Formats: sequence, structure tokens, C-alpha cells
Amino acid sequence: MQQSQSLQDFISEQSGKLLEQTLTHIGLTFISLLIAVAIGLPLGILISRKQKLSGLVLGIAGVLQTIPSIALLGFMIPLLGIGAKPAIAALFLYSLLPIIRNTYAGITGVDNAISESAKGMGMSSMQSLFKVELPLAMPVIFAGIRTATVINVGVATLAAYIAAGGLGEFIFGGIALNNTNMILAGAIPAAMLAILFDYILSRVQKLNIKKLRIAFISFPVVILVFSSFYLLPVAYESKLLAGFTPEFMGRTDGYLGLKKQYGLRIRTVVISDAVMYKAAHEKKLDVISGYSTDGRLKAYDLRILMDDKIIFPPYYAAPIIREEVLEKFPEVETVLNMLAGRINDSIMTELNYRADYLKQTPGKIAKDFLMAQGLWEEPRNGNKGVVRIGSKIFGEQYILSNMYSMLLRGYTDLDVVTKTGLGGTKICFDAMTNNQIDLYPEYTGTGLLVLLQPTQEKINSIINNKDSVYSYVSNNFRTKYHIKWLKPIGFNNAYALMMRKRQAEELHINTISELKNYLDKK
Amino acid sequence: MITAEHLSKHFGQVKAVNDISFHLKEGENLVLLGTSGCGKTTTLKMINRLIEPTAGSITINGTDIKRQSPETLRRSIGYVLQHNSLFPHYTVAENIAVVPGLLKWNKNKIKDRTEELLAKLHLSDALLTKYPHELSGGQQQRVNIARALAADPPILLMDEPFGALDTITRNNISKEFSGIEEFMHKTIVMVTHDVQEAFQIGDRICLMSHGRVVQAGTPAELLFHPVSDFVRDFFAASYLRLALGIVKVNDIWDKLGDNKGIDAPSVYLSANESLWSVLDGFIKNSRDEFISVQNKEGKTKRVNKVELFSAFSNIRGLV
Repeated sequence: MQQSQSLQDFISEQSGKLLEQTLTHIGLTFISLLIAVAIGLPLGILISRKQKLSGLVLGIAGVLQTIPSIALLGFMIPLLGIGAKPAIAALFLYSLLPIIRNTYAGITGVDNAISESAKGMGMSSMQSLFKVELPLAMPVIFAGIRTATVINVGVATLAAYIAAGGLGEFIFGGIALNNTNMILAGAIPAAMLAILFDYILSRVQKLNIKKLRIAFISFPVVILVFSSFYLLPVAYESKLLAGFTPEFMGRTDGYLGLKKQYGLRIRTVVISDAVMYKAAHEKKLDVISGYSTDGRLKAYDLRILMDDKIIFPPYYAAPIIREEVLEKFPEVETVLNMLAGRINDSIMTELNYRADYLKQTPGKIAKDFLMAQGLWEEPRNGNKGVVRIGSKIFGEQYILSNMYSMLLRGYTDLDVVTKTGLGGTKICFDAMTNNQIDLYPEYTGTGLLVLLQPTQEKINSIINNKDSVYSYVSNNFRTKYHIKWLKPIGFNNAYALMMRKRQAEELHINTISELKNYLDKK
Repeated sequence: MITAEHLSKHFGQVKAVNDISFHLKEGENLVLLGTSGCGKTTTLKMINRLIEPTAGSITINGTDIKRQSPETLRRSIGYVLQHNSLFPHYTVAENIAVVPGLLKWNKNKIKDRTEELLAKLHLSDALLTKYPHELSGGQQQRVNIARALAADPPILLMDEPFGALDTITRNNISKEFSGIEEFMHKTIVMVTHDVQEAFQIGDRICLMSHGRVVQAGTPAELLFHPVSDFVRDFFAASYLRLALGIVKVNDIWDKLGDNKGIDAPSVYLSANESLWSVLDGFIKNSRDEFISVQNKEGKTKRVNKVELFSAFSNIRGLV
């Protein structure tokens, strides 16, 4: 086993990247905050003057606030594509409510006698606003800005899903790679930023009114400076833009391997698997890290680049199950093995296509497939016991877990509970070792590289042979975790680099080596 | 100087002010008196256009107030509210300088005027850099008055100016207030629900109820010639105190005996004093003996409290 790295080592090793992500994070937070203040403050003033509008404006801002952040980011992609723009737009919408609401509350909260005496002494509406009402409302307005800032620091971690960078890159990469140090290296600075900004703004809020005037004037300057952080980390230029998932970025059989084995130098952004294919299709990205059986490959007309130096290990899917369950219900193994060898790459791609593109439910796809294969049986509705099936959070896993659940119901007297959508590998596997689920479909490559993590020599010695990998994970899972790998289903859902078919043809790029050569050409 | 004609203000169905008219000469003090909700504050705010009337008009020196912008109008009218209306984020000096600042006075002129006002209102220079929350209620109210007087407006509107102060502070300030020279030439409209304050400050009083003027006149007219039971009842509770405050020794001069030959201290009180202040002097000093009072012609009489009081009882209703 490799000596596990300490958090300190990880941080010092990745300090450049950490600094870049932190600056990006601060930049994202403050650009959106700046826009939110620039728009929210006047809006708050407007509705404090025209109170009839207040219900409408606060209502809309309130509704925006209730949209889950990840969904809001999703809505932004069709409108603004990927990268900084949609992330800033989403963060801006989130910080709008506290700023508008507090501006409104601050101004309407000014003692009536005071605002009336301002008017009574002959101040115009503007003079009263700038000389009296705004200065007095300032502590409340600052409280709103403070809330918005803290919300933004938190939500900005999600920006990593849509290629906008920030500390979320480490957090989601760490979750995907089962790397606690990586998660902490993202999460701790994010939490510290939130605490730091909250503290600074709380001090500003407590300043006496005189100093608050100075703070108010210097505040936009500070925001601008922080905002500019976003622009600082400029990655080296390249002709093509690659979008890789956080997991791919951190894996030796992913981006690290591409750099090492192929010497590939390409400008990269981190992006969530959910939007990556679409972004490539819409020419927002040129190269993506996909899965070879993904249905969107077909849907979006993408082409896999040949891995001519073989750095992507085999990812043969097979159900893994706790041995305890097999001892209790031995019939389960036979039933689960009914699928073995029946689904090859192209069949799986087709099934995924029906889910991802034709939007059929995984249940329907599973049933149609089993019927076509003559495997479908009416459920027996038995009550001998319960088997809990898990799945990771993507279409292929949903389809497979549906098939297993139908087979178990049709061929055994067991009842089935499905727990789908278990984040990534780490969450799914932890659920299994903690006796939360009994089985789920796993991939040999993942079992080897993410879960077992043997030495590099060991990996090198077996990685090119799918059978050696299978037997290695199978043996080690049994001894280490008491988990059994059943027979492989047949398809190999390996990592693959993909490009738009059209672009690849135009540039004559068929293999990863050709991609490298193209990029290196001046 | 200020003329209001057929002034009305309706808030929906509610007739807050219902067809009232009044006139003030320059330098005159008018008190709008009444219980809360009678329309007195609404009336006051129509003078500086914080509230626009539904009907009727107000003219100042013959010019309809609608003919200038509300801001210009307000800068020429001092406005005093209850003591919490100072700007909390401004120092005393900054508060006083608000209207001169709006009128774009130069710094030195503002400074001189501020110092002049502080002296007149018996405030120390050390307060200039203080914030309102660092002042006592009485000090705050003096600053408030100084702020209204800063640009030396000919007209002063006061809305319950002493309402938020405790009784002792309030009596001191309102007594002092009537004595300050700065106020002598001002035309003042003051709103209050306190009858004693109204009698102390008002040359004339408008007693209002339900948006209408029930009776307008001098304090004596209202007290001794009430037009209705409402007016009589309004003053009934403090009738004696008010009457003694209005009637001066002069008014009962003929009813008093000479009492020559009786020993009295050589201090002479003016016959222009109210009976209240003379009697107050007797009681405070626990005096039973006679004292000398002197009228305008220089005649003197010796009186004691029994004699003063019996003379007062005889003239009731004649003033």
C-alpha cells in the first residue's frame, strides 16, 4: 500500500492550484456581489419609495432564493453556456434577496420623526435619501450584504460543476476520488473564507456612523479589487478547450496520465459530467472526458479518440454484493448473473441513449430490454426478505439497478428496495461497507484505482489486461471487505476523450497522440 | 402674515381637518390645542406642505404657498418636532447647520450663527461635537429648537415640541422659551394637547375637535367666555390654575385696599405680574405678611394672599 498522504503534504504540493482556486473563488463571490449591490441597492431604494412595488419585487427575489442552487446553475447553462458567466449570474440572483430586503427594511425602518424632519427642513427627496435615510439604514444594509457574501462563498463551490472554477474543484474532485485530503483542501479554505468575510463585515457593521461613511465609500473599491482576483489566474493558452470532470482531473488514469504519458498540454476547465456533453455539442468545449458507453455520445454526435498509448484501464461493469447477503439468500447470485455477458458496449450505449436523449424512464428501458431478451417475469411479490440495491447518480446505473430489481422480484421471493442516486463512488461504496445497501453495479477500473489504490507498479503490471484487473479486484474485495464481484455484464465503460465528430474530422484527429500533435503545432 | 381659508384635509372617508380658517399677524403666537386626533397636527403640516390640503388655501404674506416649491417654502419655515427628530448620525453642530447648509451659507457664517444660537439657548460649546444620543432630553430639545432657528426663519412651526420631556424639564424649557428674545419677533404656530403650555405660549388659541375649530381667541376669551360646554369642560380640570395665570394684579387693582400704615418689605412687585406668580411667591416663601405692589403710574398698595384671593373671586367673569 502507498503511504497515505497527509493533508499538509497535499496542500503544499497543490499550493499553486489552491491559491488559484481560492482567488477564483473570491473573485466569483465578489463579482456577483458587486452586481447584486449595484442592482439590489437601487431596487431596494425604489421599493422603499414606491411601496406598492415592494410585494412584487421581494416576491420575485424570494422565489429566486428558493430555487435549489444546483438547479439554478442548470437553468443558466442554456442561457449563458458554461464557465464564469452562468456562475456569476446564479450567484448574483442568490445574493439579490438579502440586499434588496435589507435595503428596503433599513430605509423604511428609519424613525418617521427623523425622515419627516429632514423633509420638513427643506431637503429634497434625494437629499433626504443620501444625507439621512441611507446613512441611517447602512447598518441594516451591511447586514444584508454580509448575508449575501456568506451565501455566495458557499454557493460558489457549486460553480465548479459548470466550469467556473473555485474551491469546488477540490471538493467535488475529492468526493469523486475518495480523497479526503482533497475534499478538506477545498472545504477548509471555503469555510475560512466565509468566516473571514463574515467577521470583516461584522466589524464594518459595528463601526460608528461616522466611520461607516468612509467604509461605505471604500467598499466598492474593495469589492472591485476582490472581483479582479477572478481575472488573475490565466491559464496558458491553447487552441482547444478541454472540459474534464473533477474526478478525471485528479486521476492518474485521467488528466494526470494524459499529461504524463502523452505530454498533452491543453487549457482545461472543470465541469460536471451532467452538462459536459451538451457543452461539447454546443462548441463551448472542444475535448471532454466522457464514458465510452454514454448515450449522449450518440445523441450529441461525438467521437471517441483512440487511446493509442493505453492509459485508460478497463472498466468492466459487474454487480458487487456483500457476502453476508449471499450466505443468507444464495439464489441471488444466480439471478444477478443472468445478465452476465448480455450487454456489450454498443447495447449499453443504445440503452443510455434512450435514457439520456429519448428521456425514457430507466424502468421502462430495463423492462423493454429484459422482455426482448426473454428474461422478464412477473413479480412474485414474495416476502422472504429484503435486498437493498444501490446505484450511483447516472443513467447507466439507474438502468442496471432497475434490471436487477426486476430480475430479483421475478425469480426470487425476495423484496427489493432501491437506493438510487448515491452521489459518487465513495458515497456508494461507503453505503455498502456501512451496511446501508447490499449490492450495486461497480466497474473494475474504479474498484482498482479508486477503492483499492494499490502501488503504481502493481497497477502497471495488470492495468492492460481486463482479466487480471478483474481477478485482482475480485480477490482483494473478498479478503478486505467481504464483498463479492459477480460476473461482468459485458460492456467496458472506460474513460475516453471525445471531440465533436465534425471537428475531429476537419482536424484529422483520430487518436490522442494526434490531438497532442495538433496542439503542439504552432 | 399667515392666513388659512376654508382648509380641509380628508383621508378617504375621514375628515381630519374640516373647513377651518385662521389668521396670524406677524410676531403672533397661535396655539392649536386639542386632544389627539382632532386635526391639529394635520393643520400644522399643511402650512409647510408636508401634507397637501384637499380644499382651501394658505397664504403667507399674501402669497399662496403653492406658488413656490415645497423645498424652498420649508427652508424659510422653522420646524420643531419631538426631541427624537434630531439626525442621530450628525453632531450637534452638523444638526444645527442643516438648513443653512441647504441654503448654501458659507462656513464662517454658519459657525457664527451656531455659536450665537448656542449662547442664546444656554448650551455649552463643548456639545458641538457631541452626537444627539450623548445629550440629555432637555439638551436635545434645545438643539432641536436651535436647528429650527438656524436660518432665522420668520415663521416657526412646532409640533408638541416639549411633549416627550419630563414635567420638570418641560416646565423649565417652555418658561425659558417664552423669554428668549429670538422668539419675540417670530410668528409661531404650535401644536399641543397641554392646556397650561397653550396658555403660557399662545397669544391666541384655536381649540379644535374632530377637524373643526370649536373656539378661537385669546386665552382669557376661551377661559372666561367659552362658547360651548365642550370648551368649558376642556379647561375645567385646571380652571383655577389657568385663571390665576391670566389675571394680573392690575386687573384687580381697584378691588384692592391701600392698607397704608401696614409694614411691608421694601421690595416692590410689579402689578403686571399674574396673580399666580404673586401667590406662588407667597406660598414658596411661606409668607403671611403683606408685600408692596406697584402699578404703571407708580402707585403702591400693600396686599396679602387673603386679600388678593378675595379680590380675584369678585372679578371672575368680568375680565
